[in-house]
Amino acid sequence: MGTELLSFLKRKKRDKANLASKVERNPLVEVETVPIYEPGYYEDDKSIVRLVSNKKIKKPYKVTGIDDVASKNNWKAWLYLAPVIVLVVIFLLYPLINTIFIAFTKNYNYAAGTHEGFTLENFGVILHIIPYRSADGEAWMDFFVKYAIPNTFIITIVTVPVSLVLALIISVALNSIKAFQKALQTVFFLPYVTNAVAIGMVFAVLFDDQGLINWLFHLDGFHWLYQVDTSIAMVPLCLFIVWNSMPFKILILLSGLQGVDKQYYQAAQIDAAPKWKVLLKITVPLLSPQIFYLMITSFIGAFKEYNSIVALFGKAGETLAGQKNMYTIVFYVYDNISSQTSYAAAAAVFLFVVILIFTFIQFWVSNKRVHY
Amino acid sequence: MAEEVLQAQQYIDFRSVKVNNHLVLSIKESGKTVDQIKVAEKVSHIIFTTLTYIFIIALAFLVIFPFYWMIITSLKTYNEITQETQTFFPSVVMWSNYVYVFQHFNFLTYMKNTIIVAIFSTLGTLITTVFAAFAFARLSFKGREALFLVFLATMMIPGEMMVISNYITVASFGWITNSVHTQTLTEAYAAMIVPFWVSVFHIYLLRQNFKQIPNELYLAAKVDGKSDWDFLWKVMVPLAAPTLISITILKFMGTWNSYVWPNLVTEIPEYRLISNGLRESSFQNADLGTVEYGYQMAASILVTVPLFLLFVFFRKYIMKGVGRAGIKG
Repeated sequence: MGTELLSFLKRKKRDKANLASKVERNPLVEVETVPIYEPGYYEDDKSIVRLVSNKKIKKPYKVTGIDDVASKNNWKAWLYLAPVIVLVVIFLLYPLINTIFIAFTKNYNYAAGTHEGFTLENFGVILHIIPYRSADGEAWMDFFVKYAIPNTFIITIVTVPVSLVLALIISVALNSIKAFQKALQTVFFLPYVTNAVAIGMVFAVLFDDQGLINWLFHLDGFHWLYQVDTSIAMVPLCLFIVWNSMPFKILILLSGLQGVDKQYYQAAQIDAAPKWKVLLKITVPLLSPQIFYLMITSFIGAFKEYNSIVALFGKAGETLAGQKNMYTIVFYVYDNISSQTSYAAAAAVFLFVVILIFTFIQFWVSNKRVHY
Repeated sequence: MAEEVLQAQQYIDFRSVKVNNHLVLSIKESGKTVDQIKVAEKVSHIIFTTLTYIFIIALAFLVIFPFYWMIITSLKTYNEITQETQTFFPSVVMWSNYVYVFQHFNFLTYMKNTIIVAIFSTLGTLITTVFAAFAFARLSFKGREALFLVFLATMMIPGEMMVISNYITVASFGWITNSVHTQTLTEAYAAMIVPFWVSVFHIYLLRQNFKQIPNELYLAAKVDGKSDWDFLWKVMVPLAAPTLISITILKFMGTWNSYVWPNLVTEIPEYRLISNGLRESSFQNADLGTVEYGYQMAASILVTVPLFLLFVFFRKYIMKGVGRAGIKG
């Protein structure tokens, strides 16, 4: 059936000129109008026409327009798309516009949907330029500038390169071994299939005052998680994020490595190039698309770190009560949604702009070719 | 012979390799036979491979160590966990920690909520994704490319942008407790399910998959008198089954891991999902007021095990799906 249909289509195309006028008038072309071919081999297009059945066709087959096999049912397509379009508009497009709108309103009340006019103040308040007007007078609300922005940037700057380099080394090592490769690959993938909150709690236990880390390194009762100093609390947090974000990177890099042409390595072997040179001059450049992709996605991922902080430090996002010193930008957004919607929206817009800039850098660089 | 060499010398000046007026070709491994060189190469290869294995197995141990620690801590007594010297195996195996967790931690309620939310949000996503991917891949209509571009563009927007307004939207649907209304369980489920019925990335993924299905199949189906609807369900969906399974599992894992949204839209702890339950249960010792890590870790294990089982059975789909998608949920 299939081959005949194919050869029919080929012939159809050739005879198109004769039928062009008919096709134009009616996209449904009836088979009967096409000359019937004798069984045999047709050299010009290397097709065989076989006789399958002598039965007369009662109802002529109908084939939709040949130039575009896609059916041209406009209303049908929109019917198929209707549920998605409704959901996209309600839960993706409207929120985007609405959040930007809220970011520019004063004291937006989410329950009533009311606000007190438009203003740029929200950005001023979160960026610590304008004092925050609380009920009991004016006060500085500096969590965003003092903690959220620095923490977010520290997490990004520390975890992205560390996890990327580690993942690269591990995947090159994994790629070079034969025995147990699959088993080890699975082991390295395990952190991906875990509940971030559950494993974060394990890290909290490991770094507890009486935990394993303090015992191993003879740091008697050192406060990893319960100190005002944010930079100390960053150590377990960054370790956890690196641990948690490596499986995905290893997966991508390993599949990239397995696609690399072996000839490059053979050439290097003939030249007796040292292994580290092979890694730096062949592997890394050939993997540059994957590395670049991972860099951008993990930059964006690190900017949105939230679950890991909740897991390690609890819902309040602080090492000591009332400090809010483990805030990240996203944490700030979530923590202020119902109490100070306008500020939360302003922070979300801030994040959006930062991520947008990163995305455009990605486009710009990948246009300039990442390869080699 | 000698004359020839001397003649060559006149043309090329090998400065340092002239010995007794004769050209000397020096090889690094000079003095070694071929067999010796082969052996040396083999030895260095073995050493290098061994080092690689040691390195990678050491790292593998570091990677699975938190899991190991979670298991043994869940079986320790409180005193053993907090004592000066840490032990790598519990001296008294405390299965009673698990019994306590089952009695005091609403594990089954959270699990039920999570599974219900996961099933319904996955089903909804699958239906909308299949329809949309079919329309984008197979049907042609005015503005198809433009609409698809808009969809793709929404992928760049961080979810945090949406959360604020979605919270307001869900509240305006009356699914959230306010001054005049208390949230019911069904409303809590709706608030956790409906906003996640659409995933542009999955539409994109499935569309790519649908596009690979050859036109000939479509024409053959048309010749057999099948409608678009039949073709979608009887040909395209079965052919794209691996992608659909990947989407299902990733969505399930996403629900299992979701923390922020359930925490925002629900008021009563019993309506929340498993991650929330794990984080918010206090596991405090009633007498001492300290956190009982044994109970906490036992609960963490109960949350982790279902995911592991899923991984054991669907490893291929998960790894393939993640490789292409790379987004949790």
